[in-house]
Amino acid sequence: MTAQLIPDRPTAVRRQDRAPRYAAAFLYDEPGPRAKRRHLIGSIVSCAVFAVVVGLGLWQFASHGQLDAEKWVPFTDPAVWQYLLVGLMGTLEATVVVAVLGSALGVVLAFGRMSHRPWIRGLSGAYIEIARTVPVLLVIYLMLFGLPQIGINVPTLWKLAIPLTIANSAVFAEIIRAGVLSLPRGQREAALSLGLRSAQATRLVVLPQAVRNVTPSLVTQLVSLMKDTSLGFIVAFTELLYRGQVLATYLHLLIPTYLVVTLIYLVVNGSLSALAAHLQHRLHRTGSPLPRLPRLPALSGAARKAS
Amino acid sequence: MNPLIDNLGLVLEALGTTLMMAVIAGVGSILLGVLVTVARVSPIRALRVAAFGYVQFFVNVPLLALLLLAVFALPDAGLMLPLTPTAIIVLIVYEAAYVSEAVRSGVNTVAVGQLEASRALGLTLAQSLRLVVLPQALRAVVQPIGNVMIALAMNTALAAAVGVVELTAAVNKINLVAAQPILIFSSAGIIYMGIALAIGLAAGRVERKVAIVR
Repeated sequence: MTAQLIPDRPTAVRRQDRAPRYAAAFLYDEPGPRAKRRHLIGSIVSCAVFAVVVGLGLWQFASHGQLDAEKWVPFTDPAVWQYLLVGLMGTLEATVVVAVLGSALGVVLAFGRMSHRPWIRGLSGAYIEIARTVPVLLVIYLMLFGLPQIGINVPTLWKLAIPLTIANSAVFAEIIRAGVLSLPRGQREAALSLGLRSAQATRLVVLPQAVRNVTPSLVTQLVSLMKDTSLGFIVAFTELLYRGQVLATYLHLLIPTYLVVTLIYLVVNGSLSALAAHLQHRLHRTGSPLPRLPRLPALSGAARKAS
Repeated sequence: MNPLIDNLGLVLEALGTTLMMAVIAGVGSILLGVLVTVARVSPIRALRVAAFGYVQFFVNVPLLALLLLAVFALPDAGLMLPLTPTAIIVLIVYEAAYVSEAVRSGVNTVAVGQLEASRALGLTLAQSLRLVVLPQALRAVVQPIGNVMIALAMNTALAAAVGVVELTAAVNKINLVAAQPILIFSSAGIIYMGIALAIGLAAGRVERKVAIVR
C-alpha cells in the first residue's frame, strides 16, 4: 500500500481547520436565501446611512469653505511636509527613548514584584500601582514646575520622557509579569536543576519565553506610548502634534492641519497595530512555543496543588 | 499649610467636574462600545467594516490630537458646542473603541454551544445576541472594562490642555499662585489614585456579583 506513504494534501487539511475569518463567525449559520436577502437589505441601508453621514459632514465642511482648494494647497508643498516630518522624528525619538528605558525598568519592576523578599515586592508593587493611577499630565506639571524649584533643569526631551517612562514602566512591568506567570513553573525548575544560577535561569530561560509570549501586548503598548508622546505639546517638545499646532497657527489653517496630523498618526500607529495583530495571529497559529508534555496522573494533582 | 485646603472650594468644584466628566463619559462609552461590538460581530459586512475602522481609528490616534481638533479646529467648520460637553463627547467616542475591544474579547469567551443552543431554540440573531451572548460577554469582562474606566478617569486630565477647568487645570492654577508644585501636584495625584482605587474596587465588587462560575 504505497498510497499511505504519500501524505494527505496539506492544503486541503489546512483549509479545514483554518480559524474562522472573523472571531465571531460562529454567531450565525451559513445564511439561507432569506437571510441573504435580509443581509443585503441591511448592507444597503447601513451603506446609505454612512453615505448620508459622510455627505452631511462634507457639506458642513464645504459650506464653511473648509474644502476649498486654497486651504489644502499648502499641503502640496514639500517644505510643509518636511516641517511635519521633523516633528514625526521627534515623536519617534521620544518613543524610542521611553520604550528602551521603560521596558528596562519594567523588567526590573516585574521581577521585583515577584521577588521572594517582601520589601522588594512591596516597593515594586506600590510603585506600579501609583504610576498606573496618576495622570501623566500631572507628572508632567510636577516636572515642569517642581524640578526648577529645587534647582534642576532638564532638556525638553526629558521633561516629556521621564513622566512617560514613569507611567509606561509600570505597564510594561505588568505585561512582562503576565508573561512570566503564563510560563509553567517547570521551566525555571528545570533550568535550576541543570545547575544554572537563579539569575541565569531568569535571563536565559524564563525571560526570553515570557517576552515572546507577550510580544503582541508589548507592541500594542508601544502604540499607546507613541500616542502619549503627543503630550510633548504641553512641554513644547518638538514632536508631531506640537509642530502641527505651530503650523496650524502659522498657516491659519486649523482643520486641514489637524486632519493631516491625525492622518500621520493613523498611518504610523496603524502599521504598528497591524504588526501587533500579525504577531498575535502568528502566536495563535503556532501555539505556545513550549511543547505540550503529557501529564502524569500521579503528578498532576500535586502540581495543581503547588501552583 | 496645604494650598489645596486653602482653596478647598475651587478644588471641590474642579473635582466635581472631573467626576462628572468621568461618569458621563464612562456610561456613554460603555453604551457606544457595546453598540460598536454588536456592529463588529454582525453578519452585515458593511457594519463590520465600519466598526473595525472606528476602533482602528480611535485606538491609533492620540486623544490630545482629537481634543485639539474638536475644540479648536471644528468651530472653523461651524461645529461648536460648549467646551466641557465637547471634551466629554471626544472622551466617549475615544474610550468606546477600547470598551468595544474589551467586550469583543468577552464575546469570544462565550461557548459556541451557547449559540448553537439558542439557534436550536429558534432565537433570532438579535435575540441570541441580546439574551445569550452579550450578558455572558459583559459578565466576563467586568475587570477589563474597569481598567478602561480607570484609563478614562486619568484621561479626563487631558481636558485641562484644552481649557476645561477640571482637577488638573485647577491645581495647576492654584500652583501658579502658591508656587508649591511638589506638594500641590502630589496631593492631586493622591486624589486621582483615590478615584482609580474606587473604580477598581467597584469593578471587583460588580465582578464578584455577576461573574459566572464555570
